[in-house]
Amino acid sequence: MAELQLKSHRFRAEREADWRRLESLLSRVEKGGARTLNRDELVEMPVLYRQALSSLSMARAISLDQGLVGYLESLCTRAYFFVYGTRSRPLERLAGFFAYEWPAAVQALWRETLVSALLMVAGGVGAFVLVSRDPDWFYGFIPQALASGRDPTATTAFLRDTLYSKASAHEALSTLAAFLFTHNSQIAIFAFALGFALCLPTAGLMIFNGCMAGAFLALFASRGLALQATGWMMIHGVTELFAVTLAGAAGFSVGWAVAFPGERTRVDAAADAGRRGASVMAGVVVMLFVAGLLEGFARQLIQADAVRLSIAAASALAWGLYFYLPRRARPA
Amino acid sequence: MTDAAAPRRPPRPARPPRPLDEGWREFVTPEGVDLRLKIASFGERCGAFILDGLIMLGVLIAITLLLLVLQLRANFTYSSEAAQVTWLLGFFLLRNFYFIGFEMRPGAATPGKRAMGLRVVTRDGGRLTANAVFARNAMRELEVFLPASFLFATGLGVDAGLVVLGAIWSGVFVLFPLFNRDRLRLGDLAAGTMVVKAPRRVLRPDLARDGPALVGALAFTEAQLDAYGVKELHVLEEVLRKADRRTVAEVSTRIRGKIGWEAPLEVSDMAFLGAYYAGLRARLESRLLFGHRRADKFDRP
Repeated sequence: MAELQLKSHRFRAEREADWRRLESLLSRVEKGGARTLNRDELVEMPVLYRQALSSLSMARAISLDQGLVGYLESLCTRAYFFVYGTRSRPLERLAGFFAYEWPAAVQALWRETLVSALLMVAGGVGAFVLVSRDPDWFYGFIPQALASGRDPTATTAFLRDTLYSKASAHEALSTLAAFLFTHNSQIAIFAFALGFALCLPTAGLMIFNGCMAGAFLALFASRGLALQATGWMMIHGVTELFAVTLAGAAGFSVGWAVAFPGERTRVDAAADAGRRGASVMAGVVVMLFVAGLLEGFARQLIQADAVRLSIAAASALAWGLYFYLPRRARPA
Repeated sequence: MTDAAAPRRPPRPARPPRPLDEGWREFVTPEGVDLRLKIASFGERCGAFILDGLIMLGVLIAITLLLLVLQLRANFTYSSEAAQVTWLLGFFLLRNFYFIGFEMRPGAATPGKRAMGLRVVTRDGGRLTANAVFARNAMRELEVFLPASFLFATGLGVDAGLVVLGAIWSGVFVLFPLFNRDRLRLGDLAAGTMVVKAPRRVLRPDLARDGPALVGALAFTEAQLDAYGVKELHVLEEVLRKADRRTVAEVSTRIRGKIGWEAPLEVSDMAFLGAYYAGLRARLESRLLFGHRRADKFDRP
């Protein structure tokens, strides 16, 4: 073996086959996922990975061949992300998310949720009082496009009709539901993201949201339609407003962590709050999907006030119990 | 009163001085080996984002055209509603779940990122969770869509002033990655992630063995081999691997002059450099085994 005169030559010759083997397995995994490996290959993977890692340490110590060290670094990085990457099954994860993770994340944010809800209620009450005193305030809260004729100049009969309008045909409802869902989800995600800017924009969004609801209610209440309007709004509003409140709460927690990180570094605190907030937000999108269905379908198909109000009460109860009922911790 | 004067937090450990080659970051695996990852540059990430944007736009146009064609072909009552619902949901899913979906896969990269050789990793070296991916992409609302909304907003008088202020405020978020060492954008900050380069490399032949010259064809004295250190060896390796004729000639002349090489027989520049590389590496590596790592030519033995 005259040509293997360098230690680094012998080192490479002895291990190269294992590296090539790991590389070929990784190429298959990166193309087709872990399913492409059979059992023996799955067992082999971590062993090959650790061999490659020790080769890397060794190569750094004894070899001055940069091509070799660079190759091993890239190989080990690829293997690292496979060996330590996510691998739980999607269905299991989904079940775990709804059974434990989401309610736990919502419970952990109870303070922020309270603040968020209070801001919204304050906005609603404020707008209600202002519009009741002077109907002109209505135009300050509700954009012209959204009002679509439902403003203080409208007749009582017209307003009553809007509460019980039936869609012309059933197929229009699915479009409405889809539009409401996507629109509301986008706003909720926006509220969450805005929280990063030190909470204030999210707080503004929450107050404004409350103001719009308050102004509408005040308008209908001035014509003696308070109860009917409440049923019309709350059949989906319980779910929707709760979802938006939670989105605001998630935003607050991130903003608060950025502003007042406490004992940890700002970066760590932000990352923790961000991940927990994301878990809440994934659920919020689901809630808004339900709200979209209720608003798009149920509100148009159900015309009786009593049924509308009881659906609202039932959904409030259901969400409350689901989130805040004490439950056992997640099994490890 | 010494208690009151004591700092509330324990002092942070002093940071090691910045290395000269910025952009490399320590990334220690549970086995205790540092994998040394390279942070993706701002330009690369912009490139990846533009690619992804183009792909999304293409998909959106394709969906729209497909739905239009379907509507023209099948002319029954539900088709128009179905088309609208599909378009609304499709747009929503594309805007929010294009990035999330791709980054949750094992590759942890969108097509744009893959094209630029990038991937998402957690900063602490742990698993990249679905939550982290969701958080880093939800923040995009703040970084892309908020500034865009100010861009398209119009106003007069006080409103115009507000729009300008808003644009400046949201501009802070867009340019955020330029002002920190790890090129983190807000989403990375909120999710504890970073974007690194993860190119695939192939194992290239060992130049000291399968190089352009036969090892041992030229003999160098110890003094000649002691002219350079590890840093120069690595530069020489790069020159040999690129094999650009002019550079090789230049470097070869430089080295011949420096070590006082008097050609016993005529050898090509490439062969001379290959032989010198092999000799220098053998010398430096054997000294390395004895614990002497000669960093560069100024590092006198």
